[in-house]
Amino acid sequence: MTTIGGVDGAVHDRGGLPDASPIDRSEHELADWELLTDGLVGALGGAGVMNVDELRRGIEGMPPDEYERASYYERWLYSAETILTEKGLLRPGELDARVAS
Amino acid sequence: MSFEPGQRVRVAARTHPGHHRTPGYVKGRTGRVERVHAQFANPETRAYGADGQPAQRLYLVGFDQGELWPRYQGAARDRLLVDVFEHWLEEAE
Repeated sequence: MTTIGGVDGAVHDRGGLPDASPIDRSEHELADWELLTDGLVGALGGAGVMNVDELRRGIEGMPPDEYERASYYERWLYSAETILTEKGLLRPGELDARVAS
Repeated sequence: MSFEPGQRVRVAARTHPGHHRTPGYVKGRTGRVERVHAQFANPETRAYGADGQPAQRLYLVGFDQGELWPRYQGAARDRLLVDVFEHWLEEAE
């Protein structure tokens, strides 16, 4: 939890926070799973299953240490799984079980 | 309450634990309405699966950088423009 101007903010609300390291502006080629994640979330939105504000809420609600470790599209995947589980479209642990099998 | 271009406004300094699009660094700060945008579905309810209605008016608010960052070293005319929803704005004297 961080505080700016006396108001508590979540982990994503970081504008103005001190940071000793410069912003990494390097570009990288998107991996297939990142493109698929973008397509998946777009399709879920198009189908009316989840919207961008839900996607953002799911990202902002990540445990701060996981948020810090995760890359951009890892956060999307985390959120999509969270929101779809909330809606009962996924069972808790269903994806992990499928990946492990 | 609605606002006009040029009007001085303060961003509410309230805590809001749920999803919202108002950056922490503008909360409690005073700026000026630069532009009145359209109304948009409210992301604060849409983020929980609702339809975001009633739609909320969005404003482009300009802040002096020195108002946001007390130790700002840049030019005094430097400003930051942020989109803020109407229900986050208060009239400033």
